[in-house]
Amino acid sequence: MRTIKDLQNGDSATVVRVHGTGALRKRVLDMGLTKGAPVLIVKRAPLGDPIEIKVREYSLSLRSKEAELVEIERF
Amino acid sequence: MVTVALVGNPNSGKTTLFNRLTGSSQRVGNWPGVTVEKKTGKLRKHADVHIVDLPGIYSLTPYSPEEVVTRDFLSEVTPDMVINIVDASNLERNLYLTTQVMEMGVPVTVALNMVDIAESRAIAIDAGKLSAALGCKVVPICALKGEGVDRLIETVLAAVGQRPKHLEFSENTEKCITQIEKIITPRNNVSARWYAIKLIESDSLAEKVFKDKLGEIKPYIQALEKSADDTGEAIIADERYAAIGRITATARTEKKKDAVTKTDKIDRYLTNKWLGLPIFAGVLLVVYFFTIGNPEEAKWYNVGAYLTGLLNDYLSGPVYDACVSFLTDAGVSSTIIGLVCDGIVTGVGAVLGFLPQILVLFLFLSILEDCGYMARVCFVMDRIFRHFNLSGKSFIPLLVGTGCSIPGIMATRTIENDCDRRLTAMTTSFIPCSAKLPIISLIAGDIFGGSAWVALFSYFLGIFCVLISGIILKKWHSFAGEPSVFIMELPPYHAPRAWNVFKTTLDRGWAFVKKAGTIILLATILVWIFSNFNWSLNYTEDLNDSMLAGIGNAICVIFQPLGFGGDWRFTVATITGLIAKESVVDTFALLFEDGIVGFITSAAALAFLTFNLICAPCFAAIGAMKRELGTKGAGFAVLYQCLLAYAMGSIVYTVAGLCYGDPVLLSNIVLTVIALAVLGCLLFMKDPFKCINRGLPARSEVL
Repeated sequence: MRTIKDLQNGDSATVVRVHGTGALRKRVLDMGLTKGAPVLIVKRAPLGDPIEIKVREYSLSLRSKEAELVEIERF
Repeated sequence: MVTVALVGNPNSGKTTLFNRLTGSSQRVGNWPGVTVEKKTGKLRKHADVHIVDLPGIYSLTPYSPEEVVTRDFLSEVTPDMVINIVDASNLERNLYLTTQVMEMGVPVTVALNMVDIAESRAIAIDAGKLSAALGCKVVPICALKGEGVDRLIETVLAAVGQRPKHLEFSENTEKCITQIEKIITPRNNVSARWYAIKLIESDSLAEKVFKDKLGEIKPYIQALEKSADDTGEAIIADERYAAIGRITATARTEKKKDAVTKTDKIDRYLTNKWLGLPIFAGVLLVVYFFTIGNPEEAKWYNVGAYLTGLLNDYLSGPVYDACVSFLTDAGVSSTIIGLVCDGIVTGVGAVLGFLPQILVLFLFLSILEDCGYMARVCFVMDRIFRHFNLSGKSFIPLLVGTGCSIPGIMATRTIENDCDRRLTAMTTSFIPCSAKLPIISLIAGDIFGGSAWVALFSYFLGIFCVLISGIILKKWHSFAGEPSVFIMELPPYHAPRAWNVFKTTLDRGWAFVKKAGTIILLATILVWIFSNFNWSLNYTEDLNDSMLAGIGNAICVIFQPLGFGGDWRFTVATITGLIAKESVVDTFALLFEDGIVGFITSAAALAFLTFNLICAPCFAAIGAMKRELGTKGAGFAVLYQCLLAYAMGSIVYTVAGLCYGDPVLLSNIVLTVIALAVLGCLLFMKDPFKCINRGLPARSEVL
């Protein structure tokens, strides 16, 4: 399973499925990381984490642990 | 009387619009039972229209107090109209909230804001087409420039009472919704459809409302989930965004795909791998330069510190003298003059004197917040904080706390996660605030020959205590909780909006003054009485005879393991530090005619410093903690802080005492070993709440 965490800066991909439970999962979905949504990995913070991505026209930052929950596939 | 609610995403310009609609009639308070700010006001030129600013939210989940407050308000109070402010440059995610609000059945008018920003990104939105596709009125505005606001008001007042359309989901989902709608009957004004959708999402609050019908409802939801091979939450979220995509396709045209925005270009430097942290350090230094610093040594360009120095001089000089002469002329007894001038004016004046520094600090912080840089600060610092069970969002309160703990504690409001917020509020005062600098300077100067490492020691001690508290307190049940959800929007940069910045600065400054006025006044009067009256309640000039000295003598023995229990005056100084930390230095001036040298050993001085830096903050800060944590929470915080201060003090005294050759008693060593053992255990013991804290399923569930 490839997730957002596995992508490099500059990669694009499409969301396949969101794993996890509870408030975190709901937040991920609410912020637009739903099935079929295109994402672009912009960069990682100076210390390596969190990750900045572009989804649905805006910039979102999330920790690697949170990014692990979002399964993607590259197109 | 018409009630209009303002709903929208964070960073959508809601505050700007609210300010435009209500002007100076705004009132800020709290939603009952939660630490969520409530802003209300009257619409300009329409005194009968009452506007309520609901918190900025992304969705209507049951997970955060802001969202729950909004849900409750919309369902219980049912406003006559909701103005949903939508950021045109971020349409899909904003409409995600819009559609949920519309589903509740309340009338909605969409205020399409930031159309100019969308245009600068070569995105055009047709408001008419959007309105037709969405099913409610859409009015383009520019909240910043005030354009379109009059038309918005007209449209809102005309559309009161009109129920909006709702999104159509997929066939299977609609079938499920209809099946559930047949079973439930909401007792309030919210449409059954909204509850049905929430139940499909396994919304805990909706499930509580219909708990007796759950048995009937669940099978339908499970069937839907099986057919889609996903949970109800994901199904609804997917279909909602899909439906929104169809709506925006009709109204939105993009002339240039994925343009690189100005924000992206700026972030190439500000969150750059190599430049990001140095730039951040630079920003901190700038803020520090203009706000903090020793008021006595400040030049005019150290604005905050300089003005504080001026105000202090004014309050302790002309104002003090004027009070004395006024009261003397009025024939008031000298005791009362003492109370009013030496007690109240001096005591409250000492704290009010800080107002300039605090205002300048708040000004800078508001600017950084408003322009969007604060989010980058959290982004950059999160990695470090995460290891100590805090989040990057905790950094700002701690940063603000270097100036003054009170706004620092107040700033914890922005932290969504309740446990993180309370933990940060409790540990903010560990970082030396500007009021503690005089104590540090005094000890450094008188005992350690002006050595700089005393200040370094103080800051590192503070940071150390914050970090270990993060680890220790998470193991206490009231702080255990799901790990904070970091996911955070990085809003586009924009020039700070003057009105917003000034309003925020003044609001916070006023809150500080109110705090100073009430708590400190009371405390100052108390301490003045205790230091000027003896046990027979006779006025006494001799401090050694006063009640305060009596208390000091009684208590000072507990500080023996910390090395400064021999002389009651140090204990008294610590107590007066509760009014304002600078009072410690004032008390020394009062009680020790020639300074403290010779009355305390180096090791004990260090322990004294440690204790005063870490123990409970001044009364005003305790008041701020009470506001954020509740009375019980603040009580626990104070207890924890004092215990930690005592433990750290003991460790510092024993270690430093042995190094400096103090006569360290066996009892001191024993106490230190116990303190170390306790701290060690708390730090390294297994986390009984490990599962909750890490967000893992409980062992029993797994098995």
